[in-house]
Amino acid sequence: MRGVRVHRMALVFLFGLAATFVGGNPGAAEDRFIIVASTTSTDNSGLFGHILPVFESETGIEVRVVAVGTGQAVRLAERGDADVLLVHHKPSEEKFVADGYGVRRFDVMYNDFVVVGPRSDPAAVRGMDDVAAAMAKPAAAEAVFASRGDNSGTHKKELGLWKAAGVDVAAAGGNWYRETGSGMGATLNTAGGLGAYTLADRATWISFRNKGDLEILVEGDARLFNQYGVVLVSRERHPHVKAEDGQRFIDWLVSPVGQRSIARFEIGGQQLFHPNAKKEGS
Amino acid sequence: MKSVSSILPLILDKVTFEAGGKRLIKEVSCVLEAGPRSVIIGPNGAGKSLLLRLCHGLIEPTGGSVLWSGAGGKDPSLLQAMVFQRPVMLRRSVAANVDYALSLRGLPSDERRERVADVLARTGLRRFADRSARVLSVGEQQKLALARAWALRPQVLFLDEPTASLDPAATLAVEDVIAAIHATGTKIVMTTHDLGQARRVADDVLFLYRGRLFEHSPAGVFFETPRSAEAASFIEGKLFWRHKEIAS
Amino acid sequence: MTDLYAALAAASSLIFSFDRDLVEIVLLSLRVSLTAVAAAAIIGLPLGGALALFPFRGRKAVMVAISALMGLPPVVVGLVVYLMLSRAGPFGALGLLFTPTAMIIAQCLLVIPIIAALTRQTVEDLWEELGEQLRSLGAGPWRALWTLLWEGRFSLFTAVLAGFGRASAEVGAVMIVGGNIDHVTRVMTTAIALETSKGDLALALGLGIILIILSTGINGGAFLLKEAAQKSQMS
Repeated sequence: MRGVRVHRMALVFLFGLAATFVGGNPGAAEDRFIIVASTTSTDNSGLFGHILPVFESETGIEVRVVAVGTGQAVRLAERGDADVLLVHHKPSEEKFVADGYGVRRFDVMYNDFVVVGPRSDPAAVRGMDDVAAAMAKPAAAEAVFASRGDNSGTHKKELGLWKAAGVDVAAAGGNWYRETGSGMGATLNTAGGLGAYTLADRATWISFRNKGDLEILVEGDARLFNQYGVVLVSRERHPHVKAEDGQRFIDWLVSPVGQRSIARFEIGGQQLFHPNAKKEGS
Repeated sequence: MKSVSSILPLILDKVTFEAGGKRLIKEVSCVLEAGPRSVIIGPNGAGKSLLLRLCHGLIEPTGGSVLWSGAGGKDPSLLQAMVFQRPVMLRRSVAANVDYALSLRGLPSDERRERVADVLARTGLRRFADRSARVLSVGEQQKLALARAWALRPQVLFLDEPTASLDPAATLAVEDVIAAIHATGTKIVMTTHDLGQARRVADDVLFLYRGRLFEHSPAGVFFETPRSAEAASFIEGKLFWRHKEIAS
Repeated sequence: MTDLYAALAAASSLIFSFDRDLVEIVLLSLRVSLTAVAAAAIIGLPLGGALALFPFRGRKAVMVAISALMGLPPVVVGLVVYLMLSRAGPFGALGLLFTPTAMIIAQCLLVIPIIAALTRQTVEDLWEELGEQLRSLGAGPWRALWTLLWEGRFSLFTAVLAGFGRASAEVGAVMIVGGNIDHVTRVMTTAIALETSKGDLALALGLGIILIILSTGINGGAFLLKEAAQKSQMS
């Protein structure tokens, strides 16, 4: 009989433990929240961790950020799984609005992309001003290039640059051109491991902790400009969208307070994002 | 039992059982009356266990019929029990094993407690009541299996080679319990391949050989003047079992 | 090696500073996985037992399906649950996406096949051993099912632990349906994935070490409890 008792204790212990957790739900304490579909670059850099507490304490609206690639973020928003979309690929954002999924697009901030690669720089691109020419060199030398390959904003930017450079990367897949199919950080980890070149947004690069042998080789070309935009998901398309609270977040982002908050976010003394909201949306 | 009328006699009419294209029980007909201890004997592979299972209703005959002629409207399965060659114990205490069987009959808990205490005392297992059933010796486990069956107060108790896995001392202990159960009015139907045991226990004998019932007579008659040559040579210990036809 | 030392340092500083975020993440991980496993046990144990005892049409197909589902990658389960719970999906109106509940559902689906398959095997073996006796005593099929589940409790407990292992170790499903939202749906495994992608390998590994300590602790504790229970059955 004692055995039975010990065993019952075990069961009670397990189910009791489970029940305790079902009961307490720390996440659902506040039910006023919005979901923002955004990119890994904004989230991983720590920007949201810096600016959201300011917004939340001002308004009492909790902002829940789902950070994925731009392509996936747009898909999430199209399906109505987010209230606000904050990404960095203007053509996709404009198409999102044109297709009726979004209400209106606003510029929020910008930073820039950089080409990083191994310190030894086998393709000798260091210091070049013309990013398209610089990217053509590793292609010609068949030095390894690590691509996001995940339909993100960075990936789309990279594909545009290849086009400008006149390189057909589709033909080089698996050879010198390696698609990681993952986020910026994971791709940087891969590039470090392979001694490869890659295109990264500066925010992720600055906050990345595993730089190893990698360093910035090309920067400053106007084509490396990286604009972030924000769009409210259309309530006409998805009636459950929290339009008021979502719009309040957007208004705050483009307001002087929000813009100052973005400008103040620094890592190691470097400003990661430059606010550039205009008065009117586009 | 008391006022409940007997479901016996049990009438087997040309009971046949086939499996895998083989006729393992061949047109067995007999009548088992209330009272005497009936012992089914025969060499291994004769079909004794199979016949017992057919009587108990664990398997259905493929031909013929098994009839509890005294059952009337009652469910005869509630008034029988069976003990197997290897004692089958649940992973719980000795008392809980008996209690489990009683709970299946839907008895109230105070009556269950009473019956558990009663059968454990009668079988000498009371001091093991709170032990796990599975740590008892095989002999004690078999006594517990008998106690569990007894607690159900069956009118008929089927025993399939109940002492085949036991040493001589445990065998005698189990035979004592069987005698005690019989003394309370329960009909015993038992198989054995052990002639000595058959002589000790049987009131009447059914001799089964290769799936066929050769003889059903009172024990004295069977052992003194067997009618069939097969029975005679079995009694003399000359009839050796052929290839095993039945798994059990 | 320096990475490993840094990871150990990160792990111990997180543990000994009793980091609030870490505590929150650990509690959420436990809550999600334990709830998922409890629900999976409530569904999987009777389901596996029924598969063992009740013949019905399509039983073989269900058994094959369950075996196949045992090896299903979590990310596929996550994707399916995402499509179900998405606002554009059939259960979108419930608004469960990106909540702990969605993560519990996904992990529950991951664990049910393991528990059901192991339960089926256990109950089938027990039926082989006890079936005739139970039928003789007059146990109907349902009663026999519960009896055999109880008879098999020690092996079934191990099956449930195996399920907990799968739930607490997976990242693919909870990442998709939970969204890895800070303070809401961030659990141990998604936090590890995040820190890895931030390039903070030491912190990621540190979290990994804590995860190992946790799951070893839970499994070890459960194992010892089981042993104690089993031993007291044998004395």
